[in-house]
Amino acid sequence: MTEAYIYDAVRTPRGKGKPDGSLHEVTPVGLATQVLEAIRDRSEIDAGEIEDVAFGCVSPVGEQGAVVTRTAILNAGYPETTSGIQVNRFCASGLEAINIAAAKVKAGEADLTIGGGVESMSRVPMGSDGGAWPTDPTTAFKTYFVPQGISADLIATKYGLSRDDVDAYAVESQKRAAQSWKENRFSKSIMPVKDVIGDVLLDHDETVRANTDMQSLGALNPSFAMLGEFPGFDAVALQKYAEFEKINHVHHAGNSSGIVDGAAAVLIGNEEIGKKLGIKPRARIRSMASIGSEPTIMLTGPEFAAAKALKRAGMDKKDIDLWELNEAFASVVLRFMQALDIDHADINVNGGAIAMGHPLGATGAMIMGTMVDELERSGKETALITLCIGAGMGTATIIERVN
Amino acid sequence: MTYKTLNVDVDSDGIALVTIDVPGKSMNVWDADLMQDFANWVDAFLADENVKGAVITSGKASGFLAGADLNMLGSGGVGGAPTSKKEQFESAFTLNSVFRKLETGGQPVKALQKGEAFAKPVAAAVNGLALGGGLEIVLACHHRVVADNPKIQLGVPEVQVGLLPGAGGTQRLPRLAGLQNAAMLATQGKPIDPATAKAQGIVQEVVPADQVVAKAKEWVKANPKAAQPWDKKGFKFPGGGGAMDPRAVQFFIGANAMAQKETNHNYPAIQYILSCLYEGSIVPMDTAIRIESKYFLKLLSSAQTRNMIRTLFINKQAAEKGEQRPKDVPASELKKVGVLGAGMMGAGIAYVTAKGGAEVVLLDRDLEYAQKGKGYSEKIVEKGVSRGKVTKEKGDELLARITPTTDYDDLKDVDLIIEAVFEDPDVKADVIKRTEAVIGKDVIFASNTSTLPITGLAKHSERPDQFIGIHFFSPVDKMPLVEIIPGEKSGDKALATALDYVRLIKKTPIVVKDTRGFYTNRVVPPYLNEAMLMVAEGIKPALIENAAKSLGMPVGPLALTDETSLELGLRIMNSTKKELGKDYKPSGVEDLLVKMVEDLGRKGRKSGGGFYEYPEGGKKHLWQGLSEYFPVSKDQPSLEETKERLLYAQLIPASQCYAEGIVHDPQSADLGAIFGWGFAPWTGGPMSHIDTIGVDAFVRKAESLAQKYGARFNPPEKFRDMAKAGDKLYGKAA
Repeated sequence: MTEAYIYDAVRTPRGKGKPDGSLHEVTPVGLATQVLEAIRDRSEIDAGEIEDVAFGCVSPVGEQGAVVTRTAILNAGYPETTSGIQVNRFCASGLEAINIAAAKVKAGEADLTIGGGVESMSRVPMGSDGGAWPTDPTTAFKTYFVPQGISADLIATKYGLSRDDVDAYAVESQKRAAQSWKENRFSKSIMPVKDVIGDVLLDHDETVRANTDMQSLGALNPSFAMLGEFPGFDAVALQKYAEFEKINHVHHAGNSSGIVDGAAAVLIGNEEIGKKLGIKPRARIRSMASIGSEPTIMLTGPEFAAAKALKRAGMDKKDIDLWELNEAFASVVLRFMQALDIDHADINVNGGAIAMGHPLGATGAMIMGTMVDELERSGKETALITLCIGAGMGTATIIERVN
Repeated sequence: MTYKTLNVDVDSDGIALVTIDVPGKSMNVWDADLMQDFANWVDAFLADENVKGAVITSGKASGFLAGADLNMLGSGGVGGAPTSKKEQFESAFTLNSVFRKLETGGQPVKALQKGEAFAKPVAAAVNGLALGGGLEIVLACHHRVVADNPKIQLGVPEVQVGLLPGAGGTQRLPRLAGLQNAAMLATQGKPIDPATAKAQGIVQEVVPADQVVAKAKEWVKANPKAAQPWDKKGFKFPGGGGAMDPRAVQFFIGANAMAQKETNHNYPAIQYILSCLYEGSIVPMDTAIRIESKYFLKLLSSAQTRNMIRTLFINKQAAEKGEQRPKDVPASELKKVGVLGAGMMGAGIAYVTAKGGAEVVLLDRDLEYAQKGKGYSEKIVEKGVSRGKVTKEKGDELLARITPTTDYDDLKDVDLIIEAVFEDPDVKADVIKRTEAVIGKDVIFASNTSTLPITGLAKHSERPDQFIGIHFFSPVDKMPLVEIIPGEKSGDKALATALDYVRLIKKTPIVVKDTRGFYTNRVVPPYLNEAMLMVAEGIKPALIENAAKSLGMPVGPLALTDETSLELGLRIMNSTKKELGKDYKPSGVEDLLVKMVEDLGRKGRKSGGGFYEYPEGGKKHLWQGLSEYFPVSKDQPSLEETKERLLYAQLIPASQCYAEGIVHDPQSADLGAIFGWGFAPWTGGPMSHIDTIGVDAFVRKAESLAQKYGARFNPPEKFRDMAKAGDKLYGKAA
């Protein structure tokens, strides 16, 4: 089968996902447009060569609706011949979009594609698209629906992760993110966002707090204890996880991913198109995988997605140099490390969403860019990128540095 | 046209007064005749140009209409008939279809919405309780007038027997009162009073009782062109509805969780009610009522609903009305009851007796004790008054009926004796003798006991034919079941009087055989033992407790053991051991009980803690130290396995009691289980449940559990025979 290569990756910085966030004034189409312009312009290629663009977006309604990807393609001045698709696999949408873009190349459907994502959480809040799963009694009952925060706390309960464990993880995430910015580790991918008069609005991830420590986190109250009690999501979770008397609520705003705005794009193509256009591949996509897992605990999917991706690549976990798992909640990463016996030194080396935020539809593409950059910076060979996903899923992609 | 169940009287204004009066019934209910008559009347009404509008009322002083005839539904109803799905649906849809025709006047909805057509105005004049299908016909009227009487109950209680309001209730209530109010009414089944109904928008007028018809007619006359709000253009759900309104989304996410928390996934009716509200609020009325009827049919054709209707309604009522009562004994007049012993049981018995309206002579050997016993009633009354559940006046009347005394002479004119002194044969013998010396020769003597055989106690009586056992559960004022235990010589009058008394205090009686533990106490200890055995085996206590709750038990068996106290368990075990000698069969929990009670001092809730800790002002939680002495094993059974084991630990002894004739019929076994120890009500009781899974499947499962866990799980021979013969406990019809 044709190999798929990553030729480039760009992302916006992540702006605080509130009305006082720096990117709040930019439309989601605007964010998507700017990354599409940037990836075209810095590669110096004719956008007509880009055949299809897949963008993840988790709340595809309102100004993110009506296939935001196609709107952004046209807005970015790509020729009308470039098609666009909007992808929703909840939190892994950005990575899934890359996998779809890569699959099109591998399958011979296209030579050059873009995978990426966009989410302006400050403008189109989470949950804006409704959905039957938690609302329709039939599906809520059948799946024992609980919100993700309860699931994250259930993971902590089931796998014996204490409040100190998750807080310590969060402190380290902030430290790593701050250090990475200090060392300009993200500079290859970061593309400052400009306003309508062309002035720079934001050129760095806005939510990093270098001075976070155990004490400051210790002062925060668990966020999901009340929801657990009323309307009673703890009871719902325990009906499935009956071996526990209660849920240990350990997560709060400081050890969960932040709500932010942002977009990212990754240029993917086969070997020939690179030669033809004179662009150099940076990484090869070794394998891709998505799985479904138990939906009430919901966020344990990465472990199984990673295993499947490794198997499909014919690799062993020892063959992975760097692991990147989206920091939706601290317990998700800690459980993943526990399950696969991964050293903290090898995972999320530049910090993650606890420090920098999680712009739902874009995150998968952002952390893909982070890993491409990091493999080049560190000289390491392989990386596995994965995310936990709502309703119990996992998506993973393994890449290998090419030069 | 003439009707069996309706009187139709058209006045000079052309307004028809339709009076529902089902002959031969004290209360109007939807039975086959009324359904047919009403459908015919609607057609005639819509066709007759001279009739301009209608008012619907009831001819019964007892109320407006009490819902569907559950005997009709419970006997299989539409769902049980061997017809096609389409035919079953049409049958379930009957009332919905008629009501819809009435409220649209048979006009196309589009014409109503455009104001090109109107329905003939119909108003309800509600003069008494309107429940279930009784409220649903009211909702289908364009205007609703209710008598100003706070005692009038308006509600949709179908959920209590595993059904849903299937004649538009789940659709019209949310369209009138909003999703939240509708969900409260329909999922809890509790009625509201007219003022509340008016505040919620469910009814429009609350007027003096003698004006309901006049006011309703007034409205009909003034509003010749009617249409329901939901048939008018631009209708919106009060408070939001549908799948996209953020208020509705929030409501459903919360309601779904609350319902799961409350029901443990055991009551599909509650889920289906929410589904009717959810799905129905997205589509127009005509589609919505079809959806409702489909969910209704799903419930009606389920074994679970039939079991619930049979046990929780039909058989419960039959038992309370004296099904087991010897018919030829005249009704007893119980104006004054002597209660002997003012301890916890006696105090509770005094309260329920006084509440039932009888005078109570509460006797104890010490006046202070007797007064303390009355104090129990005082506390309950005080609480009731402060919560507005009872008026001060009524409360005082109740208390005035209780006379504490130490003087046996005060018993001389009582109509019945309930003895509840200490559970000691000698003490009881003395009390029996002293009482019989003063009471009338024909007065029945009922002895409350949970352990002592009645035939033995009756030996101390000079009139053993007038002596009977009556087993109350603690706390008496809260527990709904009473076991009646005729001794060998108890006569018909004793049984009849005991049952009359239970009727007076509004509890549910079952008649059981005079054996050790009677019925409920034969089943509960093995069940609690099984849970303790599981602890000893290393099964996580939380899993045991959650499995029981998942099964539908109100509390976990370890929590229940804490309540009844481990110390008592140990004491009973020791005395049984002593009594039976070498015939004693070890239960396997002896070591655990000794360890907990004697070594660790964990005697139960009242003694500071047992399996649980009871922190002051906090929620109880499992005692962390337990795993130190009973280590949790690495391999844990699945939730399903755990549930099954706890279920069969109750099904087996219950089936043994039936096989041995301790309970005489499946009805009593089911009632006793649900109301005695809280056996999962959704099953309709252990015998109903065995029928549902199939006697054969029950026997096979029991045998496999016996292989795995021990002979105590072996099914009784009688059930093996039934399985072979293909018999059912409730016979083929039910």
